[in-house]
Amino acid sequence: MNGEELTEQETALYDRQIRVWGVDAQRRLSKSHVFVSGLKGTAVEFCKNIVLAGVGSLTLNDDNPVTEDALAANFLIPLDEKMGGGGSLAELCCDSLKDFNPMVHVSVEKGDLSSFDVSFFEKFDVVVISCCSLAAKKSVNEKCRKLSKRVAFYTVDCRDSCGEIFVDLQKYSYAQKKADETVECQLQYPSFEEAIAIPWRSLPKKLAKLYYAMRVVERFEDVEKRKPGETSIEDLPSVLKLRNELCLAHSLNESQVPDSLLERLVVSTREFPPVSAILGGILGQEVIKAISGKGDPLKNFFFFDSVDGKGVIEDISTF
Amino acid sequence: MASSQHLSAIKGSKVLMVGAGGIGCELLKTLALSGFQDIHIIDMDTIEVSNLNRQFLFRQSHVGQSKAKVARDAVLRFRPQISITSYHANVKDSDFNVDFFKQFSVVLNGLDNLDARRHVNRLCLAAAVPLVESGTTGFLGQVTVHIKGQTECYECQPKPAPKTYPVCTITSTPSKFVHCIVWAKELLFAKLFGDKNQDNDLNVRSNDAASSSNHPEDVFERREDEDIEQYAKRIYDHVFGHNIESALANEETWKNRNRPRPIYVKDVLSDEPLQQNGISDKIPPTDNLSTVSAMAYLGLKNPQDIWSLKENSRVFFAALKLFFSKRQKEIGNLSFDKDDHLAVEIVTAAANIRAASFGIPLHSLFEAKGIAGNIVHAVATTNAIIAGLIVVEAIKVLQNDTKNCRMTYCLQHPSRKMLLMPVEPFEPNKSCYVCSETPLSLEVNTQRAKLRDVVEKIVKSKLGMNLPLITHGSGLLYEVGDDLEPDEVANYEANLEKVLSELPYAITGGSIITVEDLRQELVCKINIKHREEFDEEKEPDGMVLHGWTPSAAPAVENDNDAATNNGASTSSTSKSLPDDMEEDDELIIVETGIETIPAGKKRKLSDISNSETTDEKRAKKIPEQLEDDADVVVMLDDGNENGNNDIS
Repeated sequence: MNGEELTEQETALYDRQIRVWGVDAQRRLSKSHVFVSGLKGTAVEFCKNIVLAGVGSLTLNDDNPVTEDALAANFLIPLDEKMGGGGSLAELCCDSLKDFNPMVHVSVEKGDLSSFDVSFFEKFDVVVISCCSLAAKKSVNEKCRKLSKRVAFYTVDCRDSCGEIFVDLQKYSYAQKKADETVECQLQYPSFEEAIAIPWRSLPKKLAKLYYAMRVVERFEDVEKRKPGETSIEDLPSVLKLRNELCLAHSLNESQVPDSLLERLVVSTREFPPVSAILGGILGQEVIKAISGKGDPLKNFFFFDSVDGKGVIEDISTF
Repeated sequence: MASSQHLSAIKGSKVLMVGAGGIGCELLKTLALSGFQDIHIIDMDTIEVSNLNRQFLFRQSHVGQSKAKVARDAVLRFRPQISITSYHANVKDSDFNVDFFKQFSVVLNGLDNLDARRHVNRLCLAAAVPLVESGTTGFLGQVTVHIKGQTECYECQPKPAPKTYPVCTITSTPSKFVHCIVWAKELLFAKLFGDKNQDNDLNVRSNDAASSSNHPEDVFERREDEDIEQYAKRIYDHVFGHNIESALANEETWKNRNRPRPIYVKDVLSDEPLQQNGISDKIPPTDNLSTVSAMAYLGLKNPQDIWSLKENSRVFFAALKLFFSKRQKEIGNLSFDKDDHLAVEIVTAAANIRAASFGIPLHSLFEAKGIAGNIVHAVATTNAIIAGLIVVEAIKVLQNDTKNCRMTYCLQHPSRKMLLMPVEPFEPNKSCYVCSETPLSLEVNTQRAKLRDVVEKIVKSKLGMNLPLITHGSGLLYEVGDDLEPDEVANYEANLEKVLSELPYAITGGSIITVEDLRQELVCKINIKHREEFDEEKEPDGMVLHGWTPSAAPAVENDNDAATNNGASTSSTSKSLPDDMEEDDELIIVETGIETIPAGKKRKLSDISNSETTDEKRAKKIPEQLEDDADVVVMLDDGNENGNNDIS
């Protein structure tokens, strides 16, 4: 392998993980640049994982002030800094993350996510957005797709004890190892917009119900101009009505999107820390795979619901 | 549902965490965020550099400090209002007795070894406290729930025995690199730097000494007038040259094997006088003994490089010299430690020279270290996921929602579309000697085996008892403890050396002995069956324990190539599930560390309906099968089929 060797310090620090993914992958990780927007508990879990893994740089974006709610699932902000001094969520998280691994360059990018243009994203290999509006998901995903280089795009959301990850690696080739031989594999991913536009009736019967439920809630927040997670029990009747309309339009039986599930997503919008940890872990692993080019990447949705305990991959694409 | 009902159960609970390592750090953080108010944490370890890539509560400046304490302090910084009690201690200490365990609502394990896991399992059973057990290796992990009387206990499925190698493979006929490592670490290293009085199978008589005389001189004894270079050269020629030569003399051995090549210093380093081979006296002065390194001294930088025979020989000499010049005081008391860089260097070099002799491919220091230290692969992400799952299960336990408890596997490749796969817990195994107190039976030659053999090979090693008490009928045969009178100790010591049939309360075929561990509150009856002969290869203990078996087939022997696995103790067959995977670093030599699901045994998946087998799992478009097969055999990918360092 050409390129610099890992330093002694890196070899010592990353010893255990190099034994999992090899030196080559570690080298690629250390040259990669990751962008994360929306720093609630799940994104913070992801940031921790990726900083520990030893990416080259991590850029954080979240101008929100630190509130009680934001702190609920955040282990990055020590109490003494919580209220005093101000500072955005991104700034306070940045300080702690730097501490986790001095070899990773962690920085803050101020500004509204929607204000970043296409060229902004060119600096990155991986873009992760969390707790964003439907519009933001679509638009950031499209911006990443406009670039000539491939930028891996992910969304991650946790509501109550449910979670969803979306992955867009565009056209992705990787070496799949089977028994003895290595097979060159190619995957074609749809964008977020393309994926969610697929008519529900054409999706597999056993699809995770959480997929539909998340789409209903996402659509509700979009139509009502709410911020992500800005829902309460009062909204339930309207959400159920929207569910019925969507199911009718898609010729899907309403039982595929149960009332009880929607109620959980609408009422309890706080992230459940154990689920954040699980989602942050799965997402961390996926990003490491995408950067290193090693391992079968997830295509293209992942769902977890702690009620049944299953962590399921769903392929929602027309290809 | 995440909040209200959960929260009252969480708030009123008092939990014990055992282990503050990779899983432990993640777990403590997630417990604190989830609202747990009273957490106790035990860990005997101190922080090491190689922990820092995943044990995120620790920093470089904490190296050397107690994991439990630093983890506590770190979490209190963002959750100062909760109570965390840390213990820098071994969970097997007598302080952590059944009464101690009884104060907790649930016990959460994030341990790194089988021994401690078994111990905690027994205390939880004795105290009737539910246990959530966990383990990870690489991208694989699992969480299981053990509730007395309701689910299987941690020991209901026998765990595979630690991998052992026949002595002759190690001393005479190595065929894999791991054999060379075991030789270098267990025999050579021990001889050079360990306790001189310890038994060791390494041939210590030089040829000359043996032939010339009744002069049984120990080669490893440094002669008074001998300088370190002469000594090093003599050792080298002896172990890599003469010993091989004398082994070659036995023609029978090599009929069906490749003959090894004796290697002498003059053959390898002939073109340069030994004085210049990096063992001159110009060793750079350093105060920090832990940084003494033969590699640094020789200008070798990359631990991933595979050194030539010549380079290995140089490292061997340099490391030996450094030990004798810089670490003289430790010689005689050292045992191999994977974190001792100089020790890893000399073991790597010696293993490679021996490998060269036997035509076995050489390995890099990085790989050799993994094998020698039995280093288990570990990444932060799997630990985070597993910790999350532990908390999910713990909350169910606290709400008495036992019927919804699951054992969950974290997989590398999806099985039935699942990366996280919940499975219904097993019922307790009726033949489990731990939770069902079912009698065992022991085949042993009662006229030859000593009580010591039974205590060491069965009671301690197989039954995992630390402080055993053995009775036969009304007679007490053996006991350990701090409160014994000196004459009692002497009496028990004497018993240890006695053959079973000659003990004061003679043990013969048909005897029933009782073995108990008072601290674990575990009692076990063993029926003794006399048997004359044992197969030395297959039954090296000279005795065989029966009775503790799962209802189906016995556990598959994992002929696990720890060597080719880069030291991971995780290889398994496709039918096995990962368990007992040490999330952290060390375990005893070549423990296989995998729970094997007995062939044919069915694990019930919780309401999974679409079927997909392992073979299909990589296929991207799997037609949905609609039959509802609630009861299927789960075939899990072991994640290691593809060899080393590979996440695909």
